[in-house]
Amino acid sequence: MSSILWLIPLLPLAGFLVNGLVRLPKPVAAIFGCAGPIASFALSVAAWKGVPVEQRVFEWITVGSWSVPFGLRVDELGAVMLLVVTGVGSLIHLYSVGYMHDDEGFSRFFSYLNLFMFSMLVLVMADDIVLMFLGWEGVGLCSYLLIGFWYKDLKNADAGKKAFITNRIGDFGFLLGIFCLWKMFEATNFVEMAGKSIPDEAWAAAAGLLLFVGATGKSAQIPLYVWLPDAMAGPTPVSALIHAATMVTAGVYMMARMHFLYAFVPGVLETVAWIAALTALVAAVIAVAQNDIKKILAYSTISQLGFMFAGIASSNFTAGMFHVVTHAFFKALLFLGAGAVIHALHGEQDIRKMGGLGRKLPLLTAVFVVGGLALAGFPFSAGFVSKDLILAAADVNAPRPVYVLLAATALITAFYTTRLCVIVFLGKAHEGHHDIHKPGILMMAPLVILAALSAVGGKLLERPIEAWLGRVWHSDTTVRRQWQNLTHGTAEEQRRATAYLSKHATRSEIPRVEPMESFQRTATAIEKRLNREDHAHHFNMTLSFVLFAVGAGSALLIYTRARGWLGRRVAGPWRGIHTLVSNKFYVDELYEYLVVAPVRMGATVLWYVVDRVLIDSVLVNGTGKLVYAVGWVLRRPHTGSLNAGVALFALGALAILGYLAWQSLT
Amino acid sequence: MIVKYLVLSAAMFAIGAYGVLARRNLLIILMSVELMLNGVNVALLAFARLHAQSNGHVFVLMVMGVAAAEVSVGLAIMIAVFRNRKTIDAGDLRSMQG
Repeated sequence: MSSILWLIPLLPLAGFLVNGLVRLPKPVAAIFGCAGPIASFALSVAAWKGVPVEQRVFEWITVGSWSVPFGLRVDELGAVMLLVVTGVGSLIHLYSVGYMHDDEGFSRFFSYLNLFMFSMLVLVMADDIVLMFLGWEGVGLCSYLLIGFWYKDLKNADAGKKAFITNRIGDFGFLLGIFCLWKMFEATNFVEMAGKSIPDEAWAAAAGLLLFVGATGKSAQIPLYVWLPDAMAGPTPVSALIHAATMVTAGVYMMARMHFLYAFVPGVLETVAWIAALTALVAAVIAVAQNDIKKILAYSTISQLGFMFAGIASSNFTAGMFHVVTHAFFKALLFLGAGAVIHALHGEQDIRKMGGLGRKLPLLTAVFVVGGLALAGFPFSAGFVSKDLILAAADVNAPRPVYVLLAATALITAFYTTRLCVIVFLGKAHEGHHDIHKPGILMMAPLVILAALSAVGGKLLERPIEAWLGRVWHSDTTVRRQWQNLTHGTAEEQRRATAYLSKHATRSEIPRVEPMESFQRTATAIEKRLNREDHAHHFNMTLSFVLFAVGAGSALLIYTRARGWLGRRVAGPWRGIHTLVSNKFYVDELYEYLVVAPVRMGATVLWYVVDRVLIDSVLVNGTGKLVYAVGWVLRRPHTGSLNAGVALFALGALAILGYLAWQSLT
Repeated sequence: MIVKYLVLSAAMFAIGAYGVLARRNLLIILMSVELMLNGVNVALLAFARLHAQSNGHVFVLMVMGVAAAEVSVGLAIMIAVFRNRKTIDAGDLRSMQG
């Protein structure tokens, strides 16, 4: 297996080259476009059996003693992500064949989509954070290309630019984070880094924070989340694949990959927890007051990404990654479902102009509602299981307000999801939508598969994924070394080991050795935490039931029975808050005022002073004018008259003679 | 004694220089140039005799040779100019004006 690992990213790249360079008829282009991801999925399934597998494909960068090979490595964590990316990716490719069928940019679309798959697979399979950065930038590029896919509309091109530039800010942090890692470990290979102990906590914290800055860009967290809602300008399959299921979860994946770093910097994790919880809540609140079906889902994605980060930040990497997986199922389903709805209504995205679709498109409604229920946290659906894990982890390991914010978010999530489903599928049909475009089999089949995964995938995968990923976090080397540090290390190492073990170790990892005092204390701390986790798990499951029931119930009540009352409230006493929320808390305007306007003003000044005045006028035109002026002066003696020329020559000769005479005299 | 020769030499050179500066006919200018060269030749010969050295004589022969060559080239150019412009008046030949 390890010798053909390179085929997994290469096949989509081949698809990109074929569709990018050759203009093929649509059915052939579709076959080439879908073959790559599906083959990669098959290979990923094969790779699953033998993890960890690795392969060095070629030497990529060599500088002195430092070298980065183009090395691929699939461990348990990578395999989970790999299956999600290629699996959900393949389904979305199939769906796109139906969705993009009438588009003139059909093969361009598939070539971009395949290039995205390649970049994402490089990101996931990289065994070195520098190579991961290559994939990281590649997915950013593809995101830009696909958001601005319908580039003839200036608004779409602007949205692409916004995403690209916002991501660039985050990427700068990521790059600085890599530098910190190198400074600290003198290695950038994941396995090598994990094998070393952290020499300096300050550098570790800096690296952790800077890498998280990268994650806030790619995974749309405060303060860099503003690009994701605008990214909905792209075709809907793109929103599903890139801006919901795979690329935006890259930040979470990266943090899980760097678990050996984050597990030792609790302070950083606390910061992450706060940002994640705030993002989750703010985005959920904004989603309540949006009317564009894709915007609602976009804000919901931001909110759910906040949940994932909260899981990571609560020292439960499994919970965070598990939510990545379940979210990929139900959010891809919701986006593709929304795409089918938009397709059916000939491009209508405003939910106020929808309604009553339930009777006209029963199957689509069914699968969409399944996705909605999973997002809202319907008991034992995929979203419920993973969200529950995160809540339980936050209850035990995160600051109390973070936990409260997350619980509130879960409530609001149930509310806005139910609102969305009720408005779109129940009620009276809107006039003007008589000829409804029924989605074809190619679009419905992926939806049904994703619906099945959203319904039962969570409960089914919970135990296997927990055991599977546990092998990564609780790899022998890390845990055993910490136990050794606890008994034999310096005071500093003992402190660090205690902090790490009491948050991360499990019962079975407590080795049976002679009872030392520090050892006993740590073992007790672990026991205590595990007991609290068990307790929290039961408590939070009940809480999740209640949150779902209250959120969904109230939305159901309000939007089926009391819309008139709500309308009067919004028009009257709630007007201020409604304006604030439906305008997304004016964050875009704030950024426009604080960031964009000053930058633009600086650019204007530079353009005028430096470019127009200094370079254009003084340097470029100034040189020309100077040469012209000198030439004008020198041209004067050249009268063309032979006699005048000779006279000047004679005068010159006289001057030289005079000078010589004067010199010989003095 | 030498003064007489030098006065003659200077006079020839000055007359030639005046001709080159003031006259417009190319033929006259060329003749004036010859006059200047010969003025110089006179000075060279006078000094050669004064110092009883043969360098000056050799130089004079050299100058004569060069002058002959120069005249032949100059006259040829003049004929070519006349064929093209139907004039040898230096005042009319101003195409080198900057």
